[in-house]
Amino acid sequence: MLALSNVSKRFGGLDVLQGVNLRVPDNCIFGLIGPNGAGKTTVFNLITGLLRPTAGSVAFNGQQIAGQKPYQIARQGIARTFQNIRLFREMTLLENVVVGMHRHLQYGPAALFFGLSSFRASEKHARERALELLSWVKLEDKAGEIAANLSYGNQRKLELARALASAPKLLLLDEPVAGMNPAEKAELMEEISAIKERGYAVFMIEHDMTFVMGLCEKISVLNFGRIIAEGRPTEIKENPQVIEAYLGRETDADDSTAGGTLS
Amino acid sequence: MSDFTHFWAIYSNLVLSLGTNALLALSIYVTLSCGMLAMANAAFMGIGAYTSALLTINYETPFALSLVGGCTVPAIVAFLIGRPTLRLSGVYLAMATLAFGEVVRVLILNTESLTGGALGLNGIPQMTEWWHVAGALTVAVLVLQRVQRSKIGRAFEAIKEDEVAAALMGINIEGYKLLAFVIGAVLAGVAGVLNAHLTFFIGPNEFGFDRGVEILTMAIFGGIGSIMGPVVGSTILTLLPEVLRGLDNFRLLFNGLILVSVVLLLPKGIWDPARIRVLLAGNKRTTTA
Repeated sequence: MLALSNVSKRFGGLDVLQGVNLRVPDNCIFGLIGPNGAGKTTVFNLITGLLRPTAGSVAFNGQQIAGQKPYQIARQGIARTFQNIRLFREMTLLENVVVGMHRHLQYGPAALFFGLSSFRASEKHARERALELLSWVKLEDKAGEIAANLSYGNQRKLELARALASAPKLLLLDEPVAGMNPAEKAELMEEISAIKERGYAVFMIEHDMTFVMGLCEKISVLNFGRIIAEGRPTEIKENPQVIEAYLGRETDADDSTAGGTLS
Repeated sequence: MSDFTHFWAIYSNLVLSLGTNALLALSIYVTLSCGMLAMANAAFMGIGAYTSALLTINYETPFALSLVGGCTVPAIVAFLIGRPTLRLSGVYLAMATLAFGEVVRVLILNTESLTGGALGLNGIPQMTEWWHVAGALTVAVLVLQRVQRSKIGRAFEAIKEDEVAAALMGINIEGYKLLAFVIGAVLAGVAGVLNAHLTFFIGPNEFGFDRGVEILTMAIFGGIGSIMGPVVGSTILTLLPEVLRGLDNFRLLFNGLILVSVVLLLPKGIWDPARIRVLLAGNKRTTTA
């Protein structure tokens, strides 16, 4: 579905990403992990068009998307959430989600100004669909509230509903459980599994190992701008390089027997 | 009836400028609601005014045609300058659009053979009727209301709140910003046309920096949370000097004091439905207690 080939990104003299290759298969939950500052969010920014890669290509369903504008990429079916939540804070929950449906609302100026049935029908449909999405994340009873008044966990859920509203083929989640309590995490885990069951591909960045290992079918590990490992969760857990990146090397042990396993 | 004729003879200009000022306040409201501080509205008003006045004077076009010309030319100019300038944000956009306004003013000053230069255009036929103004304002309010409740209005608001998030929802940021800018220019153009055919005379200094600030003040004073805000704001600010006429020399002083206190006490403007609701609820509670 999504393929990054040899992608590099340089900011001035700093190589943030070097020759990154990633393949996100169809209908799969894919995880990207790595220590802080490894360049994970930069990967998302490159995919969504907020940044342009210095070198390499980003292909979505076989089509080259690197260099396109963010809205063009979004219209092809990539939606994302943000590490530092970016909601439309002064809008209601319902409005937030309806904005997410922007690209699917197609009515001309005539229908708009004269209130033709096509305008009313699609606006009504959008609101109903938005309520349905809010009910997926169990926020439908708050639909009329202002987004800024939500709790942190609920804001994350609203962002998820808004991203789903664009009916993406690929959903990018940037640290979806950051700042959530264990109960909220467990709930979100179920919701993301359910989203996958509905036919979406999910690509997430996450620090929470229980969450990633429990949810992802494939994981890549990024460290200092390079992919150092990829595979299934069980393989990643035992990969010595990954353990070293996360836990550091034991000073007096052999390289090959660096200790510890990721829980 | 004769009372009314008497009143109209004195105040018709004031009443009609309520309408044109409301249009101007709405014109800057459109760009503000899309998160842009664009200060070119006075210039677009001038372009509309001069275009229509020249059409009427030189080609004796019917009013309708002058009106169309006075909307189209500002729209085209807005489209052309919008592409490069709307990439700027915040104060940089304000500066660029102010500079554009100065360019327009100086251009009018220096094309004497066409525009009369500093002397302005005299003897514009007075063709604006009260129902032209009322009609234009009504149409503007209705259209803007519709736009606001559609995907276009939501896109404007989304851009105002978070441009990056809006872009990732598939909203064409540059396109919608340009649309808001052009709509604002058309509204200012209409106000210019109506004003020119009302006042008999137009000069380049009417459309300068002062006017630009005045337009912004009307919108902010009224509140930019909804369409009603700019209309209320422009109405109050147009009437205020007349109402305070009795204060003679202290008029401007009081005018300024009222402005400052509103900005300090009502940061969201006079028309702030949420605050009004709270105030009403508060009154109810005190009366029942």
